[in-house]
Amino acid sequence: MTTTALPELSARRRVTDRVMRSTLVAGFILALVPLILVLYFLIKHGLGTWTSGFFTSDPTGSFFGNPGGIRSAVLGSLEIVGLATVVTVPVGIAVALYLTEYGRNGRFANVIRYFVDVMTGVPSIMFGLFIYIALVIAHVGGGFTGWKGAVAIGLLMLPIVIRSAEVVLLLVPSSLREAALALGAPRWRVIARVILPTALPGIMTGSLLAVARGMGETAPLLFTVSTATVLTANLGDQMNTLPVQIYNDITSPRQAIVNQAWGAALALVALILILNLIARAVARRSAMT
Amino acid sequence: MSTDQPTERDSPDQTTDRTEASAGAGHGVTVRGLNAYYGQQQVIKGMDIDIRPNEVTAIIGPSGSGKSTVVRCINRMHEEIPGARAEGKVELDGLDVYSAGVDITAVRRLIGMVFQKPNPFPTMSIFNNVAAGLRLSGTKPNDLRERVHQALRSVGLWEEVKNRLNAPGIGLSGGQQQRLCIARAIAVEPEVVLMDEPCSALDPVATLRIEELMDELKTRYTIAIVTHNMQQAGRVADSTAFMLDGELVEHAPTTKIFTQPDDERTEQYVTGKFG
Repeated sequence: MTTTALPELSARRRVTDRVMRSTLVAGFILALVPLILVLYFLIKHGLGTWTSGFFTSDPTGSFFGNPGGIRSAVLGSLEIVGLATVVTVPVGIAVALYLTEYGRNGRFANVIRYFVDVMTGVPSIMFGLFIYIALVIAHVGGGFTGWKGAVAIGLLMLPIVIRSAEVVLLLVPSSLREAALALGAPRWRVIARVILPTALPGIMTGSLLAVARGMGETAPLLFTVSTATVLTANLGDQMNTLPVQIYNDITSPRQAIVNQAWGAALALVALILILNLIARAVARRSAMT
Repeated sequence: MSTDQPTERDSPDQTTDRTEASAGAGHGVTVRGLNAYYGQQQVIKGMDIDIRPNEVTAIIGPSGSGKSTVVRCINRMHEEIPGARAEGKVELDGLDVYSAGVDITAVRRLIGMVFQKPNPFPTMSIFNNVAAGLRLSGTKPNDLRERVHQALRSVGLWEEVKNRLNAPGIGLSGGQQQRLCIARAIAVEPEVVLMDEPCSALDPVATLRIEELMDELKTRYTIAIVTHNMQQAGRVADSTAFMLDGELVEHAPTTKIFTQPDDERTEQYVTGKFG
């Protein structure tokens, strides 16, 4: 038996390997620093404010005395973003399905794609201003109302839902479409029974990104929902929301109110995290069947 | 079991038309003057071929000769590719599948297809994969369970999967997945089964199983198989068609094609001089 001496790894390649690896690790740490700092300060300043009454009482709005809790803001945010989600996610998925399954690379589909891209780049305050002019000043169904905020948030979420859903739908292998079509399935059934279930986890993730984005937006709400402190479940009233509450609180010279902003910010992040976990669990369960 | 009960079909308008033909054993396909295009490029040039009932017809030829396109034209899958179109006559029991007003889904239910790469539905269990054809086409037979079990038995998969029918279909091995796909295709009880290089992604043992399977299936179905493997054509096919550059060069009983073909090009191809 002959043994072949394998050449040793050259010093140059060893050094290159080490340099590149450490660069990647350094980049990773660099990216992590702001993320950890944000979470650290949120928890440090926010957790202390989560006293017993924080989630069960409404902000008092008084400069002196007890600033109260954030109950009305949590409810308002959930309702407004909930309404926006219920409307935009189905519409967004429908548009994405049109683009991938019917329009493909046709002229009309490309025009839609172009406008969706443009909409993604529109600054969020523009949606607020648009609804302010179109619905608030025009006094459609009252002045500042919760549902107008939902419309503004929805407009903001729609392109995100469409774009993320389209990307995921394009990932569904065409062999599955062919397999289903070759069985004699009409196109709508192929979409409903094969394509959507296959893409569901990805569509869910994309929609959640849109929800998280909508949850955190302040600008579209300022001119549409305005501000309130009282608890209301009526989307036809002015409502309180978490981002607007934070926005108002953080500019206060009084420390107790600034602390309330920290608490509300932590609650907002926690809320998005919880929604994320729930949606993932749902997606996983539905993927099993 | 399927061939003598044509009335079981869900589209009555068709059954009435074909009762007479169905009374015979199997169902053949007649292709006349078929032209197929991808965009401006013509890939099938005026092709005629007969796929005879209850036989295995193999289509061989070098890469790019249009073998796959021909079978994809038979069940109208060709036109699913953007920019692709086909014209000509493809008759199943005398009915032209390209005539205006024909329900494409009905055509595809009668002419099943098995693809090159096994493609079970990843979100579905083994059982649901086989049931998919029946459910997707909107037929909801009362004996769904029976028909799924029967299809799995027909492809020799039953013993291997009977205890895990609810496990995901993509958990099976490549050969099992392909037999699952064949089961899925025959569960809807088509009349013709098209196979587009069904073994090219499989190992020799799995290939052999599928070849044996074809031999059994041809008693009930008419089979057309595209293959780049000439030995395979020799093993499974009753007749073999040789294609070159979108045209049919020769179609004859398999032994004749491989031993004394009429056309010089066929001889050169089967003896390995080109392709």
